Amino acid sequence: MAQEQKQPRKSQETDEPADAAPAGQEAVAERKEQLDEDIDAILGEIDDVLETNAEDFVKSFIQKGGE
Amino acid sequence: MSVRRIMGTETEFGISVQGQPHANPMVASTRLVNAYASSTLKARRARWDFEEESPLRDARGFDMAREVADPTQLTDEDLGLANVILTNGARLYVDHAHPEYSTPECTNPLDIVKWDKAGELIALDACRFASVPTDADIVLYKNNTDNKGASYGSHENYLMRRSTPFGDIVRHLTPFFVSRQVITGAGRVGIGQDGRGDGFQLTSRADFFEVEVGLETTLKRPIINTRDEPHADPEKYRRLHVIIGDANLAEISTYLKVGTTSLVLAMIEDRYLTADLSVRQPVMSLRAVSHDPTLGHLLEIDGRTLTAVQLQWEYFHQATAYVAERYGVDVDVQTKDVLARWESVLTRLERDPMECATELDWVAKLKLLNSYRDRDGLEWNDAKLHLIDLQYSDLRPEKGLYNRLVKLGQIKRLLDDESVIAAMHDPPEDTRAYFRGRCLDKYSDSIAAASWDSVIFDLPGYESLQRVPTIDPMRGSKAHVGPLLDRSPTALALFEALTR
Repeated sequence: MAQEQKQPRKSQETDEPADAAPAGQEAVAERKEQLDEDIDAILGEIDDVLETNAEDFVKSFIQKGGE
Repeated sequence: MSVRRIMGTETEFGISVQGQPHANPMVASTRLVNAYASSTLKARRARWDFEEESPLRDARGFDMAREVADPTQLTDEDLGLANVILTNGARLYVDHAHPEYSTPECTNPLDIVKWDKAGELIALDACRFASVPTDADIVLYKNNTDNKGASYGSHENYLMRRSTPFGDIVRHLTPFFVSRQVITGAGRVGIGQDGRGDGFQLTSRADFFEVEVGLETTLKRPIINTRDEPHADPEKYRRLHVIIGDANLAEISTYLKVGTTSLVLAMIEDRYLTADLSVRQPVMSLRAVSHDPTLGHLLEIDGRTLTAVQLQWEYFHQATAYVAERYGVDVDVQTKDVLARWESVLTRLERDPMECATELDWVAKLKLLNSYRDRDGLEWNDAKLHLIDLQYSDLRPEKGLYNRLVKLGQIKRLLDDESVIAAMHDPPEDTRAYFRGRCLDKYSDSIAAASWDSVIFDLPGYESLQRVPTIDPMRGSKAHVGPLLDRSPTALALFEALTR
């Protein structure tokens, strides 16, 4: 196989910067706490729009095959 | 060739009349399409021209007899169901029991994403136009199953050289399709066609595929579909009709789905792929890969065992070498971008799939589901997780969870709203969709019908309808007919200039 051509890596969207070296346990714990808060906030937003009565809603979604 | 070629996608939307689970879906779908047509299209509504359709044409070189075909395969019979052509060159219609949107012909993956996303907005507008105070709201879902045994499709179409032996396509594309799920999956809660098994899987479609090669799309679904209607010169081209994909909402999922597939097809056409990557028991393997979101399932390939990600790496390395050999530094921007993103995604999927949660549908969905499981202690059979799976694909911006996640900055996009909104009305400029779309926009009163490969005019002074064939997908572009359309005030003037 021919050698791989080096592609200039796109940095804008897909590649997250590698995690900086942790500045100690405290920073890690702090970041985790922040992360948990972020997730809680997101779930809070999603909770607000989720259909009520999940079981009935899912049951009533009936489709015919297609294609 | 590169990632560029003539291609298009088709999406069948799940449809639900709120509060009426047993409402007739054909009636609801027809109501939607008609509402969109009467609200947006000008005076006359061009009908679809079925003359060139041949859904029973098999790529292996024979026609299926109509009498042995399942009625669902006879898509060319106009059942009086709504069917319109839009000014962006797309088709909006009722297919069986679903509203369906087909993008106009595009030449590159980013345009596919744009006109595919425009289709979501068009479908959403159709729901709004169809909603009347006296009737229940219709809601559409861009998904592929009701998790009760029914599946409906989202298809990709790629124009290929007729000279490529179909056996080569089957041989090289089957392992690619078995493995590309790690990138293209939409994610699904539930295992098995009726979704009763507990768990999460990568794709919504894997459990519905039962054979390796075949013509059917509605029963005994094949990994490689042999339907062959090129809607172009059949001597030169075939249309590869890919039915195995999931309906993607994430732009990067769609972009990589068509970008990587187009590149693999280019290598097949150029006979560049020589290694045999045939997977043992492809149908079983397809499901096994889908059922393992840790991406650890091992595929048996020619005495070796590889994960699906490793199999994707094989295609990636071949594609990188192919592009370097063919184009060197002159490679086009999108081909380069598809390769870079492909590499980046595979690297991170291998390390920890969750690193792709802002790009790929299945990972974004799984991350959300896992957050709920952690917070609320839910098991996979919990109705709430099934609801999240379903509601991820709700097209409404305020209710759809994909759209909510985008709003919350949790999913990255490739396009801005303005360009997608423009694509609801404007056709791509570099294919025949431009001619079709502009004609419908400018001369709607004089167009009796249209299809992928024709526009049919009803002109003053002509007793019969006049058919302008558009058999070459690359002709009829802005460069080709833009000035002519600009200076023709009427359809008659255009027609006479074209036939002079």
